[in-house]
Amino acid sequence: MKIGIIGAGKLGTVLGQLAQKAGYQVLISGSGAPSKIELIISVLLPQAKALTTAAVAQQANLIILALPLHQYQTLQPADFAGKIVIDATNYWEPTDGPATELLLPGISSSEMIQQQLKDSQVIKALNHIGYHDLADQALPAGSDNRKAVALAGDHVAAKQQVAEIVNDFGFDPVDIGQLAAGSLLEPGSPVFGASVAREQLQQLIQDYAALKKIDNSKNA
Amino acid sequence: MTKQKFDPAKIDFGLDSFGDIPLSASGQLLSQAAAIRQVVAEGVLADELGLKVIALGEHHRADYAISSPDVVLAALAARTKQITLASGVTVLSSDDPVRVYERFATLAALSNSRAEVVLGRGSFLESFPLYGYDLRDYDLLFEDKLSLFAELLKERPVTWSGKTRSSLKQMDVFPKTEQALPVRIAVGGTPASVVRTAKYGFPLTLAIIGGRAERFLPYVQLYQRAADQYQQPIQPLAVHSHGLIAATDDEAKELAWKYLRESFVKVGQERGWAPMGQEQFNFEINEGSFYVGSPETVAQRLARTIKQLGVSRFELAYGAGGLPAAQRMKLIELYAQQVVPRVRELLAEEE
Ligand SMILES: NC(=O)c1ccc[n+]([C@@H]2O[C@H](COP(=O)([O-])OP(=O)(O)OC[C@H]3O[C@@H](n4cnc5c(N)ncnc54)[C@H](OP(=O)(O)O)[C@@H]3O)[C@@H](O)[C@H]2O)c1
Repeated sequence: MKIGIIGAGKLGTVLGQLAQKAGYQVLISGSGAPSKIELIISVLLPQAKALTTAAVAQQANLIILALPLHQYQTLQPADFAGKIVIDATNYWEPTDGPATELLLPGISSSEMIQQQLKDSQVIKALNHIGYHDLADQALPAGSDNRKAVALAGDHVAAKQQVAEIVNDFGFDPVDIGQLAAGSLLEPGSPVFGASVAREQLQQLIQDYAALKKIDNSKNA
Repeated sequence: MTKQKFDPAKIDFGLDSFGDIPLSASGQLLSQAAAIRQVVAEGVLADELGLKVIALGEHHRADYAISSPDVVLAALAARTKQITLASGVTVLSSDDPVRVYERFATLAALSNSRAEVVLGRGSFLESFPLYGYDLRDYDLLFEDKLSLFAELLKERPVTWSGKTRSSLKQMDVFPKTEQALPVRIAVGGTPASVVRTAKYGFPLTLAIIGGRAERFLPYVQLYQRAADQYQQPIQPLAVHSHGLIAATDDEAKELAWKYLRESFVKVGQERGWAPMGQEQFNFEINEGSFYVGSPETVAQRLARTIKQLGVSRFELAYGAGGLPAAQRMKLIELYAQQVVPRVRELLAEEE
């Protein structure tokens, strides 16, 4: 299976390493021509293929977004049509600019991406743990004190597949509900920047959902 | 696997400060002015004890007193003999490369060529709105200004045009230095920044503020590969990480929890990060990038990192949070007098 990664920065290269280690083939792109990231990829992800973003999206079976959020409108819906897209991005004012100019009121940033990629199944995941913790804390399934990664999305089968990938990457997947519940994973959340084990993650999310009055019931 | 050659006797050890505001003996925060004078006293001590570098960061925030590192370094130039006087970092993106050159060339004159400019994009961003820059130009500003700065370092009349400041046509800048001004680039974890550093032929400083140090080995390899590709020399590697040294492990851990962790929690809060928990703290101390403990513990962990990455210079960021002034002085003494010789010993044993 081919995993495509859009963004070859801190997060994209670490996710690429986790994917390679788990035996996936990795296709990756940056903001420009593949030649711009070839050197980086040749050292940090030697078995991956550097392509344009369009080619990554078209050729991969599943795509992970690891680019700055404010770039989301450059993603062409047709390239991603019919595919599962893992949204690992976050709104981050210093890089993304004022919230009012980017975010849409009342919805999570992942729902905004879903509106852009309307023919894809967007699942929010892998966004709430720092990239170095993703690199340092990945552990085989069943390990003591394995850390958990939350995921949110509207498509049950797609979530199932993303859960498998999260597991293959070295983390316990925790389904926290619909894509709207993705707002529970955004900056300011008690799980944002926290690498904790499954029970603790579930507890933190539950308490935070109650506090924010956000529905985190699982879709059947 | 290529590693830089290193001789344990030749590794340089230094200190980094952002000008954190220490507590006084009676538990009051010093004024920012007093905090700056405290750093000068610490620089003098570091010089006397034979540490090789003091690097002062530029910040524009209430919790850090130093916004003009070069001015503080100038005071140190007058009172020290051998220590390298560096910034850590100069936020070039929101500065003017011409002025950066002028200030540090002046510092070089005052210090008999002990000045060093460490450039970086910086992890704090207050300087952008303060000086009227748009954060969305973060990358462009750094790239563009670095290209001018690299020209200025040649110390010949410069003709340059770019996107972020007015052009120069055969303009010369002064004072000229007696030895070329040393420059480093400090990077956090962005692979493209590592490549850019190599492309310009500048030495790389890795700011490793969290996680296992060996995670950065691929970045060292990336730097080397990029230097080869751009036909630039592979320059000595420096690493910067936080540390807290006290007489015993327990004392150091307690102080680190109280001050170092607290400073991370505070900054994290502003950025929407959950506070660092006990488990993460322990991980950073035992396996990650907090060099915390007795001199022996810290020396063991440092020796490991230095060897793993092939580090030529290690800079200990000390005094994070409100660590009281007396403990900061003690930390510097323990570092210079016990940790440094012990690290050299450990590395020599392993050779
Ligand atoms: N860092 C973390 O710990 C972490 C953890 C979880 C989530 N995140 C989120 O992940 C995203 C990326 O963060 P990062 O820290 O990895 O940033 P980063 O190091 O700056 O990397 C961003 C990458 O995206 C690329 N890019 C920019 N515009 C693009 C476009 N239009 N199409 C394709 N690629 C593009 C950049 O390429 P160029 O260099 O060519 O511009 C760069 O390779 C952010 O939304 C962040 O909030 C980060």
